Amino acid sequence: MSPWDPGQDAIEVQRGPEPGGLAGAYRAFGGTLKGLKTTLARVVEGPVTIQYPEQKTPVYPRFRGRHKLHRFEDTGLEKCVGCSLCAAACPAKCIRVVAAENTPDHQVSAGERYAAVYEINMTRCIFCGYCEVACPFDAITMGNDYELADYERSDLIFTKEMLLADPPEHTPLRREGE
Amino acid sequence: MIETTLVQIVKSIVIFAVVLGIAPLIVVLERKLLGRFQARYGPNRVGPRGLLQPMADVMKLFSKEQFSPATSVPWMMALAPVITITTAVATLALIPFGPFDAWGGNFGLYGIDVSIGLLYFFAFGSLAFYGLMLGGWASGSKFSFLGAMRSAAQLISYEVALGLSLLGVVMTAGSLSLVDIVEAQGDIWYIVPQFVGFLVFMVAGFAETARAPFDLPEADAEIVAGYNTEYGGMRFGSFYLGEYIEIVIVSAIAAACFLGGWHGPGPIALAPLWMLVKIFAGVVFFIWVRATLPRLRYDQLMSFGWKWLLPLATVNVLVTAIFVAT
Repeated sequence: MSPWDPGQDAIEVQRGPEPGGLAGAYRAFGGTLKGLKTTLARVVEGPVTIQYPEQKTPVYPRFRGRHKLHRFEDTGLEKCVGCSLCAAACPAKCIRVVAAENTPDHQVSAGERYAAVYEINMTRCIFCGYCEVACPFDAITMGNDYELADYERSDLIFTKEMLLADPPEHTPLRREGE
Repeated sequence: MIETTLVQIVKSIVIFAVVLGIAPLIVVLERKLLGRFQARYGPNRVGPRGLLQPMADVMKLFSKEQFSPATSVPWMMALAPVITITTAVATLALIPFGPFDAWGGNFGLYGIDVSIGLLYFFAFGSLAFYGLMLGGWASGSKFSFLGAMRSAAQLISYEVALGLSLLGVVMTAGSLSLVDIVEAQGDIWYIVPQFVGFLVFMVAGFAETARAPFDLPEADAEIVAGYNTEYGGMRFGSFYLGEYIEIVIVSAIAAACFLGGWHGPGPIALAPLWMLVKIFAGVVFFIWVRATLPRLRYDQLMSFGWKWLLPLATVNVLVTAIFVAT
């Protein structure tokens, strides 16, 4: 007995009417009308376009955009103590921190030291959020702003002052459940 | 005699002005509507609601270089868009917008009322394809050539069905003149007794205007832009304009032959309005179909034309002939 050949069991399957016959013509005509109905439904439903420069796509609250540095709300002191853990955690090596000692008449942060230089190179940042996770004082968090384009690369190295300040425009948020 | 000549001149000017005014409107309408059919807005940046978009397009086209490839025949390339546009505008003279004394004057609301009306339409419709063919062939590029050949084959397949589909109307009305045909539809629009003819005419009309789903001559996904691959600037613009006038013409012929032309409720002075409304509906339908149907494969187009449209149109003519004779 010869081994089983799957090809012997194969049969022709014709789904729907034969093309070319009367039934096929009916199906083609019906399909055309269905297509016309589908496109007309789009007119009735209206456009779904978001007119970008005027309207912005809302992002989720967890969206990782432009970084923010924070201050204590009561004292106004910076939360960052210049520990460089964020720079160590950064896979893109885009954070540069130079720490300096706080003195009684020049108290910048709440700890012993503060970040004299805190720069993030936005052309390199991959927005992974590891800096936020690494920070022991929640001094750096990821914001929601995604409009970071600029004309010069040098303008994309964000300094401490830029990161501490409020972003010039706020990105609309959407609710978590949407 | 002088007076009739003057009237003719005024009519020509009006027709030309209306056409050149209506074509950009249709362009913007098409782009807006296509957008809506695809759940987007379409152009809305130039001018109020994007209405000045065709102006910007024309400005751009005017500032472009007129390039002809080394292998082309430049004077033929320049001639082709002229043929397309001339034949298109010439056909517009036929479109009847109202009866002879619609506005009380001693003139009809149409360019000319020739006794061979529909034959004139077929003649110029076929001539318009020479523009496409000549342009494609004279461009000296393989894509243009393919587009030109396709338009020739398409013309042969569909012109016959187009003619036969209108033959039923001609037999029922007993005249080739479009004015007489519209006047014969006072009681009942021919779309009712000639429904099959209407369907065949619309399908063949899409092929005649070389628009989706029969836009094989310019099939941009397959052969770049077909016959107008090598065209740029206002020469391309002329082809484009010709295409839109062609849409108006086919819509107008459909309105006049099947949808009762200028007939509609209200006084006879409103006749041009009804005609315009019907033409507009036809144009919207053209855009709707373009937004819906994908392009046919080439062999599908041919077999559909010969195996379905032509027999259908023939049977329609035969049945009409039997009814008219009895």
